[in-house]
Amino acid sequence: MTANGAIAAAIPPAAPAVAPAGPHPYDHLLRREALPHIWCPGCGIGTALGALVYGFEQAAVPREKRVVVSGIGCSSRVVFYIRTDAYHTTHGRAIPFATGLKLSNPGLNVVVFAGDGDLFAIGGNHFIHAARRNMDLLVVCINNFNYGMTGGQGGPTTPPGALSTTTPYGNAEFPFNLPDLAAAAGATYVARWTTLDVRRLRTTFAEVLGRHGFRFVEVLAPCPVSFGKTNKIGSGAEEMEYYRGLEVLKSRVESKEVAATDIVLGKPIVVGTFVDRARETFRDRYVRVVAKARGAGP
Amino acid sequence: MTEVQNLILAPVWDHVRTGINFLSGDHACAEGAVYAGCRFFAGYPITPATEIAEHLSERLPELGGQYIQMEDEIASMAAILGASAAGAKSMTATSGPGFSLMMENLGLGYMMEVPTVVVNVQRGGPSTGLPTTVGQQDMMQARFGTHGDFTSIALSPQSPQEAFDLTVHSFNVAERLRTPVLLMMDEVVGHMHERVVIPPPGELPLVGRPKPTVPPEEYRPYRPGPDLVPPMASAGEGYSVLFTGLTHDETGRAVTTYEGQKALVPRLREKILRNREVYERVGLYRTEDATTLVVAYGITARSARRAVDLGRSKGLAVGLFRPITVWPFPAERLTSHRNVARIVVAEVNLGQVSLEVERIAGAYADVVHVGSAGGNVLAPETILEACTSPPEARP
Repeated sequence: MTANGAIAAAIPPAAPAVAPAGPHPYDHLLRREALPHIWCPGCGIGTALGALVYGFEQAAVPREKRVVVSGIGCSSRVVFYIRTDAYHTTHGRAIPFATGLKLSNPGLNVVVFAGDGDLFAIGGNHFIHAARRNMDLLVVCINNFNYGMTGGQGGPTTPPGALSTTTPYGNAEFPFNLPDLAAAAGATYVARWTTLDVRRLRTTFAEVLGRHGFRFVEVLAPCPVSFGKTNKIGSGAEEMEYYRGLEVLKSRVESKEVAATDIVLGKPIVVGTFVDRARETFRDRYVRVVAKARGAGP
Repeated sequence: MTEVQNLILAPVWDHVRTGINFLSGDHACAEGAVYAGCRFFAGYPITPATEIAEHLSERLPELGGQYIQMEDEIASMAAILGASAAGAKSMTATSGPGFSLMMENLGLGYMMEVPTVVVNVQRGGPSTGLPTTVGQQDMMQARFGTHGDFTSIALSPQSPQEAFDLTVHSFNVAERLRTPVLLMMDEVVGHMHERVVIPPPGELPLVGRPKPTVPPEEYRPYRPGPDLVPPMASAGEGYSVLFTGLTHDETGRAVTTYEGQKALVPRLREKILRNREVYERVGLYRTEDATTLVVAYGITARSARRAVDLGRSKGLAVGLFRPITVWPFPAERLTSHRNVARIVVAEVNLGQVSLEVERIAGAYADVVHVGSAGGNVLAPETILEACTSPPEARP
């Protein structure tokens, strides 16, 4: 047998043809022509995207009022698949872009959807200031503990000691606790779920899309080809199993407990609603400024 | 909670301070924005541009517009793009250090084709440099500052009156060509106070962006018209637009290939170069018979005009060519002056626009740069000296 013949013999027979997918109830809400998506097998981003689409529908947000703004990275690619007004901006800058957009047309329902590196490393300053102002935005962060699109580098949420392509001896840095950060900066709603918690994630989006103010949802998501593999967590399904074993659900995390919700490899992961409070939004206050400037207010 | 009223897209119009005003260049610029229909300003305090933000923080709320002070100039630039994406005419104002921070999202503006106006009241640099004194050192940054191939439009006013006029013009150009426009002021024009005549509303034409004329299912956010400008739908209009800073096709979908780049990036350049009549403005003074031309813009053009008068009084055939639109440089307007043997480019830098003039006219004229590293306005005598110095005396 020739060498080529040996290689040919080693290739498994072609898989049976997959029947064309039938219609899906969300087809009209997605840019179906853009499929297949770029995400890796086992990735959690699509789960979160599905939950967001569900949330928009359940909250009965008019379709022409839906806007999704993203930055750069795997998570930010959602805008290419969701059929809303969609803006794929620069790395870390989705929040200030969305701020301008929302303030120009307050009738829009604006969601920022991006990853942990985008929102909390290069975009960290924008995040805390939008939370401080209580800007009318829902910010969804897919936290997969590393930079997936560039091949698995460490970032601002990489757990202590975790391996990545830039922390080959284990991560020396302390990560951000995202709910703690969001709460301290002034967010009015903060929740953390994993992509295992599909039903709770959907319910959360459905509920908070109808609200005003700065709302933050952290979604822990598997990145099996980078973070999961490097840290021997395994496939996407195995990472879900990992979540199932370690998740501790709290319906309401007391504020003094928020700092005790750090994510450490192999330790319990606290999920739930962390903050749910009322506070005037930037827009509420600015409308009074306008009234005062026009001589109509106090 | 009740839905708050959309104030920006339904502004009041009895707002223009028509008549004779005594304004600084910065305030005149701000009033130009008000006249042009700008109802969104995002910025960050910086000398010598702060007065633009201060003035608009007072004026925009009166008009139901939005003033917001952002956390930095990166965010300011992002916010004005977002505001424009939702349909507002938007602006920011800064100086050198802030202009550097804006480069990233300025590139996004060119790539996404989002109309907006960026004002740079130039001071001396590099780095923190001379915060309170004049420079014209960001001219090449205005041309080449953000990465990648792009073609910018930059205008430079020589007086508070022109700061007003060119701010209105900048908005018209930005909207008409769906691109960011740079208004390159300088510290002296920004801070000097002069008479500014503001016309009644409607006297100066106001231009809006091209809008889609097809139903949403046929609309493509990057399908250009015959003038290479794609009509622009705003967020909330039902078009489900897809905008990205990635190389993209007509639908907005990312096409990160040689072919995708070839179909997009040359059009972005051609869109600017083929529509010169939209933005190109030149000021000429005593150039008809001139054999020596001074090329100057911004505050330096005021000194150069005096230098021309001084030279004429001594019998020198000298005139002033003032590129009000500095970028793209009005090359054909310059080269139409065929009897010119010497061109003196006067600017408060160590040689920037002079490089372009050398490229355009160096083959037939002796191109001389006269300038400084910033901190002063060039004296008319200094400019005149450069008009008369023998060629070998040049450094």
